[in-house]
Amino acid sequence: MSTFVYMTRCDGCGHCVDICPSDIMHIDENIRRAKNIEPNFCWECYSCVKACPNHAIDVRGYADFAPMGHSVRVRREEEKGTISWKIKFRNGTTKDFVSPITTKPWGKFIPKLADGEKVKQGELNSQRLYTEPEGLNIDGELPAVPKESFKKGVYY
Amino acid sequence: MLETNPFSLLSEVVPTVVMQGFIIAMVLLIAFGTIIQMIHHKNLTYFFNNAKKAKLQATREVGAAEKAKIIAKTTVYDIGTTSELGFGKRRLAHVLGMYGTIIFWIASAMLVFCYTGADKTSSTLWSMLWHVGAILTCVGGFWFWFFLRVDVSAEAHPWYRIIKADLFVLALLACSTFGLAWSYTQFNGQEGLSFLFFALFVVSNLVLFGGVYWSKFAHMFYKPGAAIQKNLAEADGSRDNLPPPADAPEQFGLGIKREEPKHY
Repeated sequence: MSTFVYMTRCDGCGHCVDICPSDIMHIDENIRRAKNIEPNFCWECYSCVKACPNHAIDVRGYADFAPMGHSVRVRREEEKGTISWKIKFRNGTTKDFVSPITTKPWGKFIPKLADGEKVKQGELNSQRLYTEPEGLNIDGELPAVPKESFKKGVYY
Repeated sequence: MLETNPFSLLSEVVPTVVMQGFIIAMVLLIAFGTIIQMIHHKNLTYFFNNAKKAKLQATREVGAAEKAKIIAKTTVYDIGTTSELGFGKRRLAHVLGMYGTIIFWIASAMLVFCYTGADKTSSTLWSMLWHVGAILTCVGGFWFWFFLRVDVSAEAHPWYRIIKADLFVLALLACSTFGLAWSYTQFNGQEGLSFLFFALFVVSNLVLFGGVYWSKFAHMFYKPGAAIQKNLAEADGSRDNLPPPADAPEQFGLGIKREEPKHY
């Protein structure tokens, strides 16, 4: 269920742009409000939905779960440490859920990404993902499949 | 310089009635641009449809007195202090720019209509307000332009990258900056520069008010409407489909306070 932005509620603060792990939340060039530029690539992590201070981002439900007329909305209350979801089905049934924002001790384990080491251009151009290979707990280099071992044919 | 009415010196060259006509034309341009934009973007249709939907989902009736109270509170707090921007630099810059612009425009109209002309007296207060308004607009606007714009702060674009959304803020900044420069050079008798800055001041006004249809100018009319609708929806229980506030104590403090979006 990808996300979308209500333009009337968005104030262009950039929190969703900042937090999106898929880098698909961007700022519209005409109105300087956030938008999901590629819903098909949405990981459905809802980080942007939860991070939005203006409740401007919603979830577009799958057709089998919540077809036209549905709504999936979230209210994040930092001072209470809670996150509430309201699911409204097409037939009018509503369900409310309240959860703690995280189960980790409050105020700890917040990654200080800004204080981290600056990314080098070589790392950006590399095929490797962040912290690879050391983050995979493997010895040495990443395993590679020799090209000669590929069968002939079309690969997708 | 701050106590001098720049339009008074100008009236020796440009008739007062032309200046008054220019201001009226600018007001008409705002109205025309906003109406055309509303028709084209269907903003009003969207707002009214939303209001109708909210009314159907309301769980309680909001009386006229309560409605008036909510609207008054929204106007004073939400709109008057742009509370949607939270507490921080963006809000401060917006408040500076907003009040600076309002003061600048009101003072411009007052100076041209009431204190400019052969038989008119001068007003130190309105002249001061005109300059202070322009300075406040410049402080808030340039702060926003160079450091706080979301495409600069969160998307890591350079400050000199100009997009369509910048039309409003750049035209506004040009008006205030060229207005101040014109007033300064005119006061010091630098005729050539004074004429140049005055011409740029007029052009930037034409771009600002003539570009309402294409720019974000009309957000100053839409945003208050959206804020009032949001607060009325909270009061009548429809809440724009949002869940109710969680029934939990405020126990976790600021441990999870969000950070500035600067992690690109």
